[in-house]
Amino acid sequence: MSNDKKIDELSGTEVTGHEWDGIEELNTPMPRWWLGIMLLTVVWSVGYVILMPGIPLLNSYTKGLLGHTDRGRVDTAITDMHEARSVYAQKLLTTDFQAVLKDPDLLDDPAVFRFALAQGKSLFGDNCETCHGARGRGFIGYPNLNDDIWLWGGSFNEIRQTITYGIRSTHDESRLSIMSAFGRDEILTREEIKSLTDHVLSLSDTTKDKSPRGATLFAQNCVSCHGENGGGSREFGAPDLTDADWLYGGSRAQIRTTIFNGRQGMMPHWNQRLSADQIVALSVYVHSLGGGE
Amino acid sequence: MVGKGQTERFVSTQNASIIKNNTAALIPISMICVLGFLWALFAASQGGDPVIAPHAYMFMFAFALGIFALVYGVVEHKFVYNPYEYDDSVIRAGVIATIFWGIAGMLVGVIIASQLAFPNFMYFENLPWTNFGRLRPLHTSGVIFGFGGNALIATSFYIVQRTCRTRLAGGLWPAFVFWGYNLFLVIAGTGYLMGITDAREYAEPEWYADIWLTIVWVAYLMVFMMTLVKRKEKHIYVANWFFLSFIVTIAILHIVNNLSMPVSFFGAKSYSLFSGVQDAMTQWWYGHNAVGFFLTTGFLGMMYYFIPKRANRPVWSYKLSIVHFWTVIFIYIWAGPHHLHFTALPQWTQTMGMVFSIMLWMPSWGGMINGFMTISGAWDKFRTDPVLRLLIISVAFYGMATFEGPLMAVRVVNALSHYTDWTIGHVHAGALGWNGMVTFGAIYCMVPWLWKKKDLYSLRLVEWHFWLATVGIAFYAAAMWVSGITQGLMWRAYTDLGFLEYSFIETVKAMKPYYIIRTTGGLLYLTGMFVLTFNVYMTIKGKGDAVALDDTPAPASKPDPTAIPELVAGE
Repeated sequence: MSNDKKIDELSGTEVTGHEWDGIEELNTPMPRWWLGIMLLTVVWSVGYVILMPGIPLLNSYTKGLLGHTDRGRVDTAITDMHEARSVYAQKLLTTDFQAVLKDPDLLDDPAVFRFALAQGKSLFGDNCETCHGARGRGFIGYPNLNDDIWLWGGSFNEIRQTITYGIRSTHDESRLSIMSAFGRDEILTREEIKSLTDHVLSLSDTTKDKSPRGATLFAQNCVSCHGENGGGSREFGAPDLTDADWLYGGSRAQIRTTIFNGRQGMMPHWNQRLSADQIVALSVYVHSLGGGE
Repeated sequence: MVGKGQTERFVSTQNASIIKNNTAALIPISMICVLGFLWALFAASQGGDPVIAPHAYMFMFAFALGIFALVYGVVEHKFVYNPYEYDDSVIRAGVIATIFWGIAGMLVGVIIASQLAFPNFMYFENLPWTNFGRLRPLHTSGVIFGFGGNALIATSFYIVQRTCRTRLAGGLWPAFVFWGYNLFLVIAGTGYLMGITDAREYAEPEWYADIWLTIVWVAYLMVFMMTLVKRKEKHIYVANWFFLSFIVTIAILHIVNNLSMPVSFFGAKSYSLFSGVQDAMTQWWYGHNAVGFFLTTGFLGMMYYFIPKRANRPVWSYKLSIVHFWTVIFIYIWAGPHHLHFTALPQWTQTMGMVFSIMLWMPSWGGMINGFMTISGAWDKFRTDPVLRLLIISVAFYGMATFEGPLMAVRVVNALSHYTDWTIGHVHAGALGWNGMVTFGAIYCMVPWLWKKKDLYSLRLVEWHFWLATVGIAFYAAAMWVSGITQGLMWRAYTDLGFLEYSFIETVKAMKPYYIIRTTGGLLYLTGMFVLTFNVYMTIKGKGDAVALDDTPAPASKPDPTAIPELVAGE
């Protein structure tokens, strides 16, 4: 510090006497409020560390005077939730929804149904919408769950079976069928696939030209699953080829791709992620979306 | 001391004896280049894995170029310098690199913001390069390390010379630092596009890029420290304290966070030394302090030079600068755990992260107070000088972000804000508002000084840039605050029966309008960056008000900014 106490004219404050590239420094004291608040935050912090889990020790840490633990609170909250829901969970498992959904009069407690729908909606949002879309309206390759077209069946029991074990999942009980890759695996030639595509197109659209060669190929390769008239079969999860609904698209190019590469749509089994009563609630919700049988 | 005039310098540069050779660093730098070339040659031929080859070729090319430049420089006598002048060539290159990476990083930012609003934007089925996941680190590294890092290296070299009244130490080493650092950036950026990542946020480059950065960074530290050592001023100016803390701490953070074991010494992949929650904590200790020491103390160093210099006022409080420097660097380093609230991290660690964040509030604000108060008495310039206005507004954003940070570190607030766009809004208020604007201000100050022009090409364009950037940030931050809080509230909404009210995809859908507003804000900010580029280009070309200083008789108030004052005076 210099002794000749140079004063900055504008502020009337003393300068420190140093200068770097024309920059000087004023000797202004630190603002009181600034120091005050800093002190307050320190005091508050010390208090917080004493009250809450805070200081590491050799093999543990100080638990704090308030005895607060995050994990303890989560455990309590989960226990409380299970307890609050246990009555309904039990009823979900004992109610015969296959019958109730056909005849609502059989339901003795309407609250169970409301609970199933509410839980099902929440579970659907968390687990199913990623593929099936918001409210299950579907995408290319992911079935729309609002309509009455079901590959493997739309009754409560069939839906529950599908959710529990999945489709082409890793579970032993999984629903399983194979649509071969007729082109890629060289089962049919490109020419044959073209004829077959023509035939498949004509199944749903009578204005399209019939292809006798395609019909023969269809009879040889497709009827075992899709049925003689292409009406599909739920036993194999084989779609109806005569309607306007196409899971992988109904344009010529899309149908050709389906025949060429095959389709192996996959849905995981949920019985390890969701409890049995949750799967019931989810099945009731999916059933209620519009297409339930 | 300043303003001793053009003519004296002119006379002294005529004296051939002052042209000195600058070759001390030749041998170590060429050894680094040769060793690097050999490693790259092995990696290219051995090929521990298929993705290393492009990087090995890039390294080979860069090191070959380096060796060629060294040989060329020696043969053609290019490595001479005038000891009466500051070493500014590397700073000029740094300013241009800052602008280049700024445009690149911000452009990628606008692209990925568009992808969030319109998921199919630039989606190509067979081209993974344009995926959000690959572009996002390119954006973050591009702006933080490309734009910010080059700005920090350039301004720190600029400031340390002026405030120490001495040339940069180390001869060719500063150039090595600049080119080495930018080589690292190219390796990092191209790596992200090819899918080379060690998945550590803001530290994604793999082990070999990390080692290269370590070499460059140690050279940076040595250049900076040795320049401080040979200073002609008795005291070290506060800006240099901030820069030194930035360089030292980033070295420690970088090395510890990237400790890992490569699968092959000629391959790209490596595995972290840490695992589980220790790994997460190490990453966020790094991530948080990259914000603290890269984006805060480094840029405070910039602020502490350019605001008093531009306002032509003394720094408001010497005591405040000292106390807030030491409190910031002591407290910042402990606050990292607040990034891991409500995770597997033990609760006592979360407590520590939270209380240190709270205690950090006032120390951070010390810089804001000093910045604001320094221009008290010169407030009229706030109106008339858009460059000073950029600098001051940056301090306002700094103050806002350093209040918001501790607030968001409070566990009860964090329970709402964590994982939401609020965090993104917070980061960008800091990055666009504080780091971006203080850098723009510094560039606008330095360019006429470095290229010896009377003034910038156009202050009106700076005015335009100021408003484009400010409105851009307002769009961005406001959209992210609203979307972040909406997200947080939707995620925690329960029905009467205790089930989640909204599915995740519904919350994503609700964000769409905000994502469009955010993209618009980013686009405005990027436009401002183009305005800056044009202005700087025209200034360097000497158009408009950017008259070359050599062409005009230097008035006493306009000393040659590249000459070292004391030496010119003939002492």
